[in-house]
Amino acid sequence: MDLFIQLTLTGLTNGAILALAALGFVLIYKSSDVINFAQGEFLLIGAYVMFSMLVQFSLPWTIGLVLTLLVAVGIGVAVERLVLRPLIGEPIISVIMATIGLSSLLRAIVSTIWGNQPRAFPAFIPSKPVHVLGATVGADRLWAIAIAGGMLFLFNLFFTRSKEGIAMRAVADDQQAAMSMGISVKRIFAWAWSIAAMTAAIGGALVANIVGVGPELAGFGLRVFPVVILGGLDSIPGAIVGGVIIGLLEAYVGGYIGMGLNQVISFIVLILILMVRPYGLFGQEIIERV
Amino acid sequence: MLRGFRHPLNSSRLKPGETQLQVQNVHLSFGGVAALTGVTLEVKQSEIFAIIGPNGAGKTSLLNSISGLYKPQSGHIIFHDGRGSHELIGMKPHKIARLGIARSFQNIELFRHMTVLDNLLAGCHVHMKSNLLSAMIYWGPAQREQIAFREFVEDIIDLLEIESIRNKKVGTLAYGLQKRVELGRALAMKPAILLLDEPMAGMNSEEKEDMARFILDVNEEHGVTIVLIEHDMGVVMDISDRVAVLNFGQKIAEGTPDEIRKNPLVVQAYLGEEQAVFPFAAGAAGGRHA
Repeated sequence: MDLFIQLTLTGLTNGAILALAALGFVLIYKSSDVINFAQGEFLLIGAYVMFSMLVQFSLPWTIGLVLTLLVAVGIGVAVERLVLRPLIGEPIISVIMATIGLSSLLRAIVSTIWGNQPRAFPAFIPSKPVHVLGATVGADRLWAIAIAGGMLFLFNLFFTRSKEGIAMRAVADDQQAAMSMGISVKRIFAWAWSIAAMTAAIGGALVANIVGVGPELAGFGLRVFPVVILGGLDSIPGAIVGGVIIGLLEAYVGGYIGMGLNQVISFIVLILILMVRPYGLFGQEIIERV
Repeated sequence: MLRGFRHPLNSSRLKPGETQLQVQNVHLSFGGVAALTGVTLEVKQSEIFAIIGPNGAGKTSLLNSISGLYKPQSGHIIFHDGRGSHELIGMKPHKIARLGIARSFQNIELFRHMTVLDNLLAGCHVHMKSNLLSAMIYWGPAQREQIAFREFVEDIIDLLEIESIRNKKVGTLAYGLQKRVELGRALAMKPAILLLDEPMAGMNSEEKEDMARFILDVNEEHGVTIVLIEHDMGVVMDISDRVAVLNFGQKIAEGTPDEIRKNPLVVQAYLGEEQAVFPFAAGAAGGRHA
Protein backbone atom coordinates (compact mmCIF):
# COMPACT_ATOMS: atom_id res chain seq x y z
CA MET A 1 0.00 0.00 0.00
CA ASP A 2 2.83 2.38 0.85
CA LEU A 3 4.43 1.62 -2.45
CA PHE A 4 1.16 2.30 -4.23
CA ILE A 5 0.80 5.75 -2.67
CA GLN A 6 4.44 6.48 -3.31
CA LEU A 7 4.06 5.55 -6.97
CA THR A 8 0.81 7.47 -7.25
CA LEU A 9 2.43 10.65 -5.99
CA THR A 10 5.44 10.21 -8.25
CA GLY A 11 3.13 9.53 -11.18
CA LEU A 12 0.99 12.56 -10.43
CA THR A 13 4.08 14.76 -10.31
CA ASN A 14 5.30 13.60 -13.68
CA GLY A 15 1.75 13.64 -15.01
CA ALA A 16 1.12 17.22 -13.94
CA ILE A 17 4.37 18.37 -15.56
CA LEU A 18 3.60 16.39 -18.70
CA ALA A 19 0.15 17.96 -18.77
CA LEU A 20 1.69 21.44 -18.62
CA ALA A 21 4.00 20.66 -21.52
CA ALA A 22 1.15 19.02 -23.44
CA LEU A 23 -1.14 21.98 -22.85
CA GLY A 24 1.15 24.25 -24.83
CA PHE A 25 1.49 21.65 -27.53
CA VAL A 26 -2.28 21.26 -27.87
CA LEU A 27 -2.77 25.00 -27.89
CA ILE A 28 -0.46 25.43 -30.86
CA TYR A 29 -2.03 22.53 -32.70
CA LYS A 30 -5.53 23.78 -31.97
CA SER A 31 -5.01 27.34 -33.10
CA SER A 32 -2.75 26.76 -36.08
CA ASP A 33 -2.68 23.02 -36.95
CA VAL A 34 1.08 23.00 -36.37
CA ILE A 35 2.70 20.08 -34.56
CA ASN A 36 5.43 21.67 -32.51
CA PHE A 37 8.50 19.44 -32.32
CA ALA A 38 10.33 22.09 -30.32
CA GLN A 39 8.11 21.80 -27.24
CA GLY A 40 10.78 19.83 -25.35
CA GLU A 41 13.35 22.52 -26.11
CA PHE A 42 11.01 25.13 -24.68
CA LEU A 43 11.06 23.07 -21.51
CA LEU A 44 14.85 22.91 -21.64
CA ILE A 45 15.24 26.64 -22.11
CA GLY A 46 12.79 27.33 -19.29
CA ALA A 47 14.81 25.15 -16.94
CA TYR A 48 18.13 26.72 -17.92
CA VAL A 49 16.88 30.28 -17.75
CA MET A 50 15.47 29.58 -14.31
CA PHE A 51 18.83 28.02 -13.40
CA SER A 52 20.66 31.18 -14.46
CA MET A 53 18.25 33.40 -12.58
CA LEU A 54 18.84 31.42 -9.38
CA VAL A 55 22.54 30.60 -9.65
CA GLN A 56 24.20 33.23 -11.80
CA PHE A 57 22.06 36.18 -10.77
CA SER A 58 21.22 34.87 -7.27
CA LEU A 59 17.65 36.12 -7.49
CA PRO A 60 14.92 34.96 -5.14
CA TRP A 61 12.92 32.25 -6.86
CA THR A 62 9.73 34.31 -7.14
CA ILE A 63 11.42 37.06 -9.17
CA GLY A 64 13.40 34.42 -11.04
CA LEU A 65 10.20 32.65 -12.07
CA VAL A 66 8.52 35.84 -13.26
CA LEU A 67 11.60 36.76 -15.33
CA THR A 68 11.74 33.23 -16.73
CA LEU A 69 8.13 33.54 -17.83
CA LEU A 70 8.89 36.87 -19.48
CA VAL A 71 11.78 35.30 -21.36
CA ALA A 72 9.42 32.51 -22.42
CA VAL A 73 6.89 35.02 -23.76
CA GLY A 74 9.73 36.70 -25.66
CA ILE A 75 10.76 33.40 -27.19
CA GLY A 76 7.17 32.58 -28.12
CA VAL A 77 6.66 35.92 -29.84
CA ALA A 78 10.04 35.69 -31.58
CA VAL A 79 9.28 32.22 -32.90
CA GLU A 80 5.93 33.37 -34.23
CA ARG A 81 7.47 36.44 -35.91
CA LEU A 82 10.66 34.92 -37.30
CA VAL A 83 9.72 31.34 -38.04
CA LEU A 84 5.96 31.06 -38.50
CA ARG A 85 4.87 34.31 -40.04
CA PRO A 86 7.16 33.93 -43.08
CA LEU A 87 5.62 30.49 -43.52
CA ILE A 88 1.99 31.64 -43.60
CA GLY A 89 0.32 30.13 -46.62
CA GLU A 90 2.97 27.43 -46.99
CA PRO A 91 1.96 23.78 -46.66
CA ILE A 92 1.55 22.74 -43.05
CA ILE A 93 4.25 20.09 -43.47
CA SER A 94 6.83 22.85 -44.13
CA VAL A 95 5.87 24.54 -40.91
CA ILE A 96 6.23 21.28 -39.00
CA MET A 97 9.66 20.74 -40.57
CA ALA A 98 10.56 24.26 -39.48
CA THR A 99 9.73 23.36 -35.87
CA ILE A 100 12.08 20.36 -36.13
CA GLY A 101 14.81 22.71 -37.33
CA LEU A 102 13.89 25.07 -34.54
CA SER A 103 14.34 22.35 -31.96
CA SER A 104 17.90 21.62 -33.15
CA LEU A 105 18.67 25.31 -33.21
CA LEU A 106 17.36 25.90 -29.71
CA ARG A 107 19.26 22.88 -28.38
CA ALA A 108 22.47 24.19 -29.93
CA ILE A 109 21.91 27.62 -28.43
CA VAL A 110 21.35 26.08 -25.02
CA SER A 111 24.55 24.01 -25.16
CA THR A 112 26.53 27.05 -26.36
CA ILE A 113 25.37 29.14 -23.44
CA TRP A 114 25.18 26.59 -20.64
CA GLY A 115 27.31 23.67 -21.82
CA ASN A 116 26.39 20.00 -21.97
CA GLN A 117 27.09 18.95 -18.41
CA PRO A 118 24.13 18.12 -16.24
CA ARG A 119 24.11 20.39 -13.22
CA ALA A 120 22.53 20.36 -9.84
CA PHE A 121 19.58 22.71 -9.62
CA PRO A 122 19.40 24.87 -6.50
CA ALA A 123 16.19 23.61 -4.97
CA PHE A 124 13.88 26.60 -4.90
CA ILE A 125 11.10 24.47 -3.52
CA PRO A 126 11.72 22.72 -0.19
CA SER A 127 12.49 19.07 -0.80
CA LYS A 128 12.55 17.65 2.70
CA PRO A 129 10.66 14.38 2.92
CA VAL A 130 7.10 14.42 4.15
CA HIS A 131 4.84 11.54 5.13
CA VAL A 132 1.59 11.14 3.30
CA LEU A 133 -0.71 8.24 4.19
CA GLY A 134 2.26 6.16 5.29
CA ALA A 135 4.37 6.88 2.23
CA THR A 136 7.38 9.17 2.19
CA VAL A 137 7.86 11.64 -0.65
CA GLY A 138 9.86 14.79 -1.18
CA ALA A 139 7.82 17.94 -0.53
CA ASP A 140 9.03 19.23 -3.90
CA ARG A 141 6.91 16.64 -5.64
CA LEU A 142 3.80 17.73 -3.80
CA TRP A 143 4.64 21.33 -4.62
CA ALA A 144 5.10 20.42 -8.25
CA ILE A 145 1.64 18.83 -8.33
CA ALA A 146 0.12 21.88 -6.63
CA ILE A 147 1.85 24.41 -8.88
CA ALA A 148 1.13 22.52 -12.08
CA GLY A 149 -2.47 21.95 -11.00
CA GLY A 150 -2.87 25.63 -10.19
CA MET A 151 -1.44 26.66 -13.55
CA LEU A 152 -3.74 24.26 -15.38
CA PHE A 153 -6.71 25.71 -13.47
CA LEU A 154 -5.69 29.27 -14.34
CA PHE A 155 -5.23 28.46 -18.01
CA ASN A 156 -8.60 26.78 -18.06
CA LEU A 157 -10.17 29.95 -16.64
CA PHE A 158 -8.30 31.90 -19.25
CA PHE A 159 -9.77 29.85 -22.08
CA THR A 160 -13.33 29.95 -20.86
CA ARG A 161 -13.54 33.47 -19.45
CA SER A 162 -11.12 35.88 -21.03
CA LYS A 163 -11.51 37.75 -24.27
CA GLU A 164 -8.25 36.29 -25.59
CA GLY A 165 -9.32 32.80 -24.58
CA ILE A 166 -12.58 33.05 -26.48
CA ALA A 167 -10.76 34.56 -29.45
CA MET A 168 -8.23 31.72 -29.36
CA ARG A 169 -10.93 29.07 -29.44
CA ALA A 170 -12.63 30.98 -32.23
CA VAL A 171 -9.45 31.00 -34.31
CA ALA A 172 -9.01 27.30 -33.66
CA ASP A 173 -12.49 26.64 -35.03
CA ASP A 174 -12.65 28.90 -38.06
CA GLN A 175 -9.95 31.39 -38.97
CA GLN A 176 -11.90 33.16 -41.68
CA ALA A 177 -14.90 33.74 -39.45
CA ALA A 178 -12.62 34.85 -36.62
CA MET A 179 -11.10 37.50 -38.86
CA SER A 180 -14.58 38.70 -39.72
CA MET A 181 -15.24 39.11 -35.99
CA GLY A 182 -12.33 41.54 -35.74
CA ILE A 183 -9.92 39.00 -34.28
CA SER A 184 -6.31 39.35 -35.40
CA VAL A 185 -5.25 35.81 -36.24
CA LYS A 186 -1.54 36.66 -36.12
CA ARG A 187 -1.87 38.06 -32.63
CA ILE A 188 -3.66 34.93 -31.51
CA PHE A 189 -0.84 32.78 -32.93
CA ALA A 190 1.67 34.86 -30.98
CA TRP A 191 -0.45 34.32 -27.88
CA ALA A 192 -0.57 30.59 -28.45
CA TRP A 193 3.21 30.28 -28.87
CA SER A 194 3.88 32.49 -25.87
CA ILE A 195 1.58 30.47 -23.65
CA ALA A 196 3.10 27.24 -24.94
CA ALA A 197 6.58 28.55 -24.09
CA MET A 198 5.37 29.71 -20.68
CA THR A 199 3.74 26.45 -19.65
CA ALA A 200 6.80 24.57 -20.90
CA ALA A 201 9.10 26.87 -18.93
CA ILE A 202 7.16 26.25 -15.74
CA GLY A 203 7.22 22.53 -16.43
CA GLY A 204 10.97 22.70 -17.09
CA ALA A 205 11.65 24.56 -13.86
CA LEU A 206 9.60 22.03 -11.89
CA VAL A 207 11.36 19.04 -13.43
CA ALA A 208 14.76 20.64 -12.96
CA ASN A 209 13.94 21.28 -9.33
CA ILE A 210 13.50 17.54 -8.85
CA VAL A 211 16.16 16.00 -11.12
CA GLY A 212 18.57 18.83 -11.96
CA VAL A 213 19.23 20.51 -15.32
CA GLY A 214 20.81 18.84 -18.31
CA PRO A 215 20.27 18.56 -22.05
CA GLU A 216 18.28 15.36 -21.59
CA LEU A 217 15.38 17.46 -20.25
CA ALA A 218 14.43 18.02 -23.88
CA GLY A 219 13.40 14.37 -23.92
CA PHE A 220 10.24 15.52 -22.21
CA GLY A 221 9.25 16.88 -25.59
CA LEU A 222 8.97 13.35 -26.96
CA ARG A 223 7.05 12.12 -23.95
CA VAL A 224 4.42 14.72 -24.75
CA PHE A 225 3.37 12.76 -27.82
CA PRO A 226 1.78 9.81 -26.02
CA VAL A 227 -0.02 12.31 -23.80
CA VAL A 228 -1.56 14.31 -26.62
CA ILE A 229 -2.35 11.26 -28.73
CA LEU A 230 -4.10 9.69 -25.76
CA GLY A 231 -5.99 12.85 -24.78
CA GLY A 232 -6.70 14.02 -28.29
CA LEU A 233 -4.46 16.42 -30.19
CA ASP A 234 -6.94 19.26 -30.07
CA SER A 235 -8.38 18.89 -26.58
CA ILE A 236 -7.20 20.90 -23.60
CA PRO A 237 -8.95 18.70 -21.03
CA GLY A 238 -7.45 15.80 -23.00
CA ALA A 239 -3.94 17.15 -22.40
CA ILE A 240 -4.57 17.27 -18.66
CA VAL A 241 -6.23 13.87 -18.35
CA GLY A 242 -3.72 12.31 -20.77
CA GLY A 243 -0.81 13.76 -18.82
CA VAL A 244 -2.05 12.34 -15.54
CA ILE A 245 -2.82 8.91 -17.03
CA ILE A 246 0.58 8.61 -18.72
CA GLY A 247 2.38 9.86 -15.60
CA LEU A 248 0.62 7.34 -13.37
CA LEU A 249 1.04 4.51 -15.87
CA GLU A 250 4.78 5.06 -16.10
CA ALA A 251 5.10 5.16 -12.32
CA TYR A 252 3.06 1.98 -11.72
CA VAL A 253 4.78 0.03 -14.47
CA GLY A 254 8.16 1.19 -13.20
CA GLY A 255 7.29 0.24 -9.61
CA TYR A 256 5.50 -3.06 -10.10
CA ILE A 257 7.05 -4.48 -13.27
CA GLY A 258 10.26 -2.57 -13.79
CA MET A 259 12.78 -3.96 -16.29
CA GLY A 260 12.81 -0.65 -18.13
CA LEU A 261 9.28 -1.20 -19.32
CA ASN A 262 8.30 2.16 -17.83
CA GLN A 263 10.50 3.82 -20.46
CA VAL A 264 8.48 2.44 -23.34
CA ILE A 265 5.03 1.81 -21.90
CA SER A 266 3.74 5.24 -22.92
CA PHE A 267 4.81 4.62 -26.51
CA ILE A 268 3.09 1.25 -26.49
CA VAL A 269 -0.02 3.11 -25.39
CA LEU A 270 0.55 5.59 -28.19
CA ILE A 271 0.55 2.83 -30.79
CA LEU A 272 -2.49 1.13 -29.27
CA ILE A 273 -4.43 4.37 -29.17
CA LEU A 274 -3.56 5.12 -32.77
CA MET A 275 -4.92 1.71 -33.76
CA VAL A 276 -8.09 1.83 -31.66
CA ARG A 277 -9.07 5.43 -31.29
CA PRO A 278 -6.83 7.64 -33.43
CA TYR A 279 -8.46 10.88 -32.36
CA GLY A 280 -7.81 10.16 -28.66
CA LEU A 281 -10.09 10.25 -25.64
CA PHE A 282 -11.39 13.78 -26.08
CA GLY A 283 -10.21 14.67 -29.54
CA GLN A 284 -12.46 15.87 -32.27
CA GLU A 285 -13.43 13.04 -34.53
CA ILE A 286 -12.77 14.25 -38.03
CA ILE A 287 -15.11 12.81 -40.58
CA GLU A 288 -14.32 13.67 -44.12
CA ARG A 289 -17.20 13.41 -46.50
CA VAL A 290 -16.39 13.49 -50.14
CA MET B 1 -40.03 53.89 -43.05
CA LEU B 2 -36.60 54.26 -41.53
CA ARG B 3 -37.26 54.49 -37.86
CA GLY B 4 -34.83 53.90 -35.05
CA PHE B 5 -31.26 55.04 -34.92
CA ARG B 6 -28.23 54.81 -32.65
CA HIS B 7 -29.63 51.85 -30.85
CA PRO B 8 -27.06 49.78 -28.91
CA LEU B 9 -27.11 47.22 -31.69
CA ASN B 10 -26.11 49.77 -34.25
CA SER B 11 -22.72 51.44 -34.05
CA SER B 12 -23.10 53.78 -37.02
CA ARG B 13 -23.13 57.53 -36.46
CA LEU B 14 -24.64 58.43 -39.80
CA LYS B 15 -28.18 59.68 -40.29
CA PRO B 16 -30.55 57.44 -42.22
CA GLY B 17 -30.14 58.05 -45.94
CA GLU B 18 -26.54 59.26 -45.78
CA THR B 19 -24.07 57.43 -47.98
CA GLN B 20 -22.38 54.72 -45.93
CA LEU B 21 -20.59 52.46 -48.36
CA GLN B 22 -19.25 53.32 -51.80
CA VAL B 23 -18.00 50.69 -54.20
CA GLN B 24 -16.27 52.46 -57.07
CA ASN B 25 -15.21 50.77 -60.27
CA VAL B 26 -13.92 47.65 -58.55
CA HIS B 27 -12.00 45.10 -60.61
CA LEU B 28 -11.19 41.70 -59.16
CA SER B 29 -9.70 38.76 -61.01
CA PHE B 30 -8.23 35.42 -60.07
CA GLY B 31 -5.42 34.60 -62.46
CA GLY B 32 -7.03 35.38 -65.79
CA VAL B 33 -10.60 34.97 -64.66
CA ALA B 34 -12.40 38.21 -64.00
CA ALA B 35 -14.79 37.98 -61.07
CA LEU B 36 -15.74 41.65 -60.92
CA THR B 37 -15.32 44.11 -63.75
CA GLY B 38 -15.90 47.72 -62.83
CA VAL B 39 -18.64 47.33 -60.27
CA THR B 40 -19.92 50.59 -58.80
CA LEU B 41 -22.64 50.98 -56.25
CA GLU B 42 -23.59 52.95 -53.19
CA VAL B 43 -25.30 51.83 -50.00
CA LYS B 44 -27.07 54.30 -47.75
CA GLN B 45 -27.44 54.21 -44.00
CA SER B 46 -30.39 52.15 -42.73
CA GLU B 47 -31.52 50.70 -46.03
CA ILE B 48 -31.83 47.09 -47.08
CA PHE B 49 -29.77 46.71 -50.21
CA ALA B 50 -30.03 43.42 -52.07
CA ILE B 51 -27.52 42.05 -54.55
CA ILE B 52 -28.94 39.47 -56.90
CA GLY B 53 -27.73 37.70 -60.00
CA PRO B 54 -27.27 34.26 -61.52
CA ASN B 55 -24.76 31.83 -60.07
CA GLY B 56 -21.18 32.93 -60.62
CA ALA B 57 -22.19 36.55 -61.19
CA GLY B 58 -19.70 37.77 -58.57
CA LYS B 59 -22.05 38.49 -55.68
CA THR B 60 -20.03 36.70 -53.02
CA SER B 61 -16.79 38.01 -54.53
CA LEU B 62 -18.12 41.52 -54.02
CA LEU B 63 -19.03 40.78 -50.40
CA ASN B 64 -15.63 39.20 -49.79
CA SER B 65 -13.96 42.26 -51.29
CA ILE B 66 -15.88 44.52 -48.93
CA SER B 67 -14.97 42.46 -45.88
CA GLY B 68 -11.32 42.21 -46.92
CA LEU B 69 -11.09 38.50 -47.67
CA TYR B 70 -10.36 39.27 -51.34
CA LYS B 71 -8.13 42.06 -52.58
CA PRO B 72 -9.47 43.73 -55.74
CA GLN B 73 -6.77 44.81 -58.21
CA SER B 74 -8.23 48.25 -58.73
CA GLY B 75 -11.05 50.54 -57.69
CA HIS B 76 -12.13 51.86 -54.33
CA ILE B 77 -14.36 50.63 -51.57
CA ILE B 78 -14.99 53.47 -49.17
CA PHE B 79 -16.75 53.17 -45.85
CA HIS B 80 -18.09 56.21 -44.00
CA ASP B 81 -18.67 55.88 -40.28
CA GLY B 82 -19.53 59.48 -39.41
CA ARG B 83 -16.05 60.16 -38.06
CA GLY B 84 -14.23 59.74 -41.31
CA SER B 85 -13.91 57.79 -44.53
CA HIS B 86 -11.97 54.57 -44.78
CA GLU B 87 -10.58 52.89 -47.88
CA LEU B 88 -11.28 49.20 -47.34
CA ILE B 89 -9.22 47.78 -50.20
CA GLY B 90 -5.91 46.68 -48.72
CA MET B 91 -7.16 46.82 -45.15
CA LYS B 92 -6.89 43.63 -43.10
CA PRO B 93 -10.15 41.74 -42.50
CA HIS B 94 -10.01 42.11 -38.72
CA LYS B 95 -9.48 45.87 -39.05
CA ILE B 96 -12.47 46.10 -41.37
CA ALA B 97 -14.55 44.16 -38.87
CA ARG B 98 -13.52 46.63 -36.18
CA LEU B 99 -14.97 49.48 -38.24
CA GLY B 100 -18.36 47.85 -37.71
CA ILE B 101 -18.68 45.81 -40.87
CA ALA B 102 -20.15 42.47 -39.84
CA ARG B 103 -21.04 39.57 -42.08
CA SER B 104 -22.45 36.10 -42.33
CA PHE B 105 -21.26 33.44 -44.73
CA GLN B 106 -22.92 31.48 -47.49
CA ASN B 107 -21.71 28.19 -46.04
CA ILE B 108 -22.14 28.64 -42.33
CA GLU B 109 -18.84 29.54 -40.69
CA LEU B 110 -19.67 29.32 -37.01
CA PHE B 111 -17.31 28.25 -34.25
CA ARG B 112 -18.75 24.76 -34.21
CA HIS B 113 -17.15 23.53 -31.01
CA MET B 114 -18.30 26.47 -28.96
CA THR B 115 -21.73 27.04 -27.44
CA VAL B 116 -24.20 29.51 -28.92
CA LEU B 117 -23.41 31.85 -26.04
CA ASP B 118 -19.65 31.66 -26.63
CA ASN B 119 -20.17 32.26 -30.34
CA LEU B 120 -22.07 35.43 -29.55
CA LEU B 121 -19.43 36.47 -27.01
CA ALA B 122 -16.78 35.94 -29.67
CA GLY B 123 -18.80 38.41 -31.74
CA CYS B 124 -18.47 40.94 -28.92
CA HIS B 125 -14.70 40.39 -28.96
CA VAL B 126 -13.82 43.78 -30.43
CA HIS B 127 -15.78 45.64 -27.79
CA MET B 128 -14.27 43.88 -24.80
CA LYS B 129 -11.54 45.75 -23.00
CA SER B 130 -10.59 43.83 -19.91
CA ASN B 131 -7.02 42.59 -20.01
CA LEU B 132 -5.64 39.14 -19.56
CA LEU B 133 -4.74 39.35 -15.90
CA SER B 134 -8.02 40.72 -14.59
CA ALA B 135 -9.89 38.25 -16.78
CA MET B 136 -7.89 35.42 -15.27
CA ILE B 137 -8.74 36.53 -11.78
CA TYR B 138 -12.28 37.28 -12.96
CA TRP B 139 -12.66 40.12 -10.55
CA GLY B 140 -13.73 43.76 -10.49
CA PRO B 141 -13.96 45.48 -13.85
CA ALA B 142 -13.49 42.27 -15.77
CA GLN B 143 -16.43 40.67 -14.01
CA ARG B 144 -18.61 43.75 -14.45
CA GLU B 145 -17.70 43.90 -18.10
CA GLN B 146 -18.44 40.24 -18.58
CA ILE B 147 -21.85 40.69 -16.96
CA ALA B 148 -22.63 43.69 -19.16
CA PHE B 149 -21.75 41.66 -22.25
CA ARG B 150 -23.81 38.75 -21.03
CA GLU B 151 -26.80 41.09 -20.77
CA PHE B 152 -26.19 42.48 -24.23
CA VAL B 153 -25.90 38.99 -25.64
CA GLU B 154 -29.10 37.96 -23.86
CA ASP B 155 -30.88 40.80 -25.68
CA ILE B 156 -29.73 39.35 -28.99
CA ILE B 157 -30.83 35.89 -27.88
CA ASP B 158 -34.28 37.34 -27.08
CA LEU B 159 -34.47 39.14 -30.39
CA LEU B 160 -33.67 36.01 -32.38
CA GLU B 161 -35.73 33.71 -30.17
CA ILE B 162 -32.92 31.25 -29.48
CA GLU B 163 -33.28 31.15 -25.68
CA SER B 164 -33.65 27.39 -25.50
CA ILE B 165 -30.40 26.60 -27.31
CA ARG B 166 -28.06 29.13 -25.73
CA ASN B 167 -25.87 26.51 -24.06
CA LYS B 168 -25.85 24.01 -26.92
CA LYS B 169 -22.77 23.36 -29.02
CA VAL B 170 -23.38 25.01 -32.36
CA GLY B 171 -22.26 21.99 -34.37
CA THR B 172 -25.20 19.98 -33.02
CA LEU B 173 -27.90 22.44 -34.11
CA ALA B 174 -30.24 22.21 -37.06
CA TYR B 175 -29.26 24.12 -40.17
CA GLY B 176 -31.88 26.84 -39.86
CA LEU B 177 -30.90 27.54 -36.26
CA GLN B 178 -27.23 27.72 -37.19
CA LYS B 179 -28.08 30.39 -39.74
CA ARG B 180 -29.90 32.27 -37.02
CA VAL B 181 -26.95 31.98 -34.64
CA GLU B 182 -24.66 33.28 -37.35
CA LEU B 183 -26.89 36.33 -37.71
CA GLY B 184 -26.76 36.73 -33.94
CA ARG B 185 -22.99 36.54 -33.88
CA ALA B 186 -22.80 39.28 -36.50
CA LEU B 187 -25.24 41.39 -34.46
CA ALA B 188 -23.07 40.93 -31.37
CA MET B 189 -20.45 43.03 -33.16
CA LYS B 190 -22.85 45.99 -32.95
CA PRO B 191 -22.56 46.37 -36.68
CA ALA B 192 -22.76 49.63 -38.57
CA ILE B 193 -23.46 47.57 -41.65
CA LEU B 194 -24.41 43.94 -41.94
CA LEU B 195 -23.42 41.84 -44.96
CA LEU B 196 -25.56 38.74 -45.30
CA ASP B 197 -24.56 36.10 -47.83
CA GLU B 198 -27.66 34.05 -48.64
CA PRO B 199 -29.16 34.10 -45.14
CA MET B 200 -32.09 31.98 -46.28
CA ALA B 201 -30.40 29.45 -48.52
CA GLY B 202 -31.60 25.94 -47.88
CA MET B 203 -34.42 26.92 -45.55
CA ASN B 204 -38.05 25.89 -45.67
CA SER B 205 -40.66 28.58 -46.11
CA GLU B 206 -41.40 28.89 -42.41
CA GLU B 207 -37.73 29.34 -41.53
CA LYS B 208 -37.42 31.86 -44.37
CA GLU B 209 -40.31 33.86 -42.98
CA ASP B 210 -38.71 33.91 -39.55
CA MET B 211 -35.38 34.99 -40.97
CA ALA B 212 -37.01 37.74 -43.05
CA ARG B 213 -38.77 38.98 -39.93
CA PHE B 214 -35.51 39.07 -37.96
CA ILE B 215 -33.75 40.96 -40.74
CA LEU B 216 -36.59 43.49 -40.89
CA ASP B 217 -36.53 43.85 -37.08
CA VAL B 218 -32.83 44.52 -37.06
CA ASN B 219 -33.19 47.02 -39.86
CA GLU B 220 -36.34 48.85 -38.80
CA GLU B 221 -36.02 48.85 -35.04
CA HIS B 222 -32.26 49.18 -34.80
CA GLY B 223 -31.53 51.04 -38.01
CA VAL B 224 -28.77 48.67 -39.09
CA THR B 225 -27.89 48.89 -42.77
CA ILE B 226 -28.21 45.54 -44.50
CA VAL B 227 -26.51 44.34 -47.66
CA LEU B 228 -28.02 41.05 -48.66
CA ILE B 229 -27.34 38.39 -51.25
CA GLU B 230 -30.34 36.16 -51.78
CA HIS B 231 -31.73 33.89 -54.44
CA ASP B 232 -35.31 33.79 -53.22
CA MET B 233 -36.82 36.55 -55.35
CA GLY B 234 -40.03 36.68 -53.34
CA VAL B 235 -38.06 37.58 -50.23
CA VAL B 236 -35.75 40.00 -52.01
CA MET B 237 -38.60 41.91 -53.61
CA ASP B 238 -40.52 41.93 -50.33
CA ILE B 239 -37.94 43.30 -47.95
CA SER B 240 -35.42 45.29 -50.02
CA ASP B 241 -35.35 49.03 -50.45
CA ARG B 242 -33.05 48.82 -53.44
CA VAL B 243 -31.71 46.00 -55.56
CA ALA B 244 -28.55 45.72 -57.66
CA VAL B 245 -28.24 43.00 -60.28
CA LEU B 246 -24.86 41.48 -61.16
CA ASN B 247 -24.18 39.35 -64.20
CA PHE B 248 -20.74 38.06 -65.26
CA GLY B 249 -19.05 40.42 -62.80
CA GLN B 250 -20.84 43.51 -64.03
CA LYS B 251 -23.68 45.48 -62.57
CA ILE B 252 -26.44 45.42 -65.15
CA ALA B 253 -29.17 47.15 -63.19
CA GLU B 254 -29.96 48.93 -59.96
CA GLY B 255 -33.19 50.31 -58.57
CA THR B 256 -36.25 49.67 -56.46
CA PRO B 257 -37.75 46.19 -56.59
CA ASP B 258 -40.43 47.44 -58.98
CA GLU B 259 -37.90 48.93 -61.38
CA ILE B 260 -35.83 45.76 -61.30
CA ARG B 261 -38.84 43.61 -62.01
CA LYS B 262 -39.52 45.53 -65.20
CA ASN B 263 -35.92 45.83 -66.37
CA PRO B 264 -35.45 43.92 -69.64
CA LEU B 265 -31.70 43.40 -69.06
CA VAL B 266 -32.46 41.62 -65.83
CA VAL B 267 -35.04 39.43 -67.48
CA GLN B 268 -32.52 38.55 -70.14
CA ALA B 269 -29.79 37.76 -67.60
CA TYR B 270 -32.05 35.42 -65.74
CA LEU B 271 -33.69 33.67 -68.65
CA GLY B 272 -31.28 34.20 -71.49
CA GLU B 273 -33.93 35.57 -73.87
CA GLU B 274 -35.89 38.75 -73.88
CA GLN B 275 -39.32 37.42 -74.65
CA ALA B 276 -39.52 35.20 -71.63
CA VAL B 277 -41.73 35.93 -68.67
CA PHE B 278 -39.79 37.21 -65.67
CA PRO B 279 -39.94 34.55 -62.97
CA PHE B 280 -40.95 36.68 -60.05
CA ALA B 281 -43.14 39.22 -61.82
CA ALA B 282 -46.41 37.73 -60.66
CA GLY B 283 -45.81 36.24 -57.24
CA ALA B 284 -44.13 39.09 -55.47
CA ALA B 285 -46.16 42.08 -56.52
CA GLY B 286 -46.34 44.81 -53.94
CA GLY B 287 -43.36 44.68 -51.68
CA ARG B 288 -42.24 47.18 -49.16
CA HIS B 289 -42.64 50.26 -51.23
CA ALA B 290 -45.89 49.55 -52.91
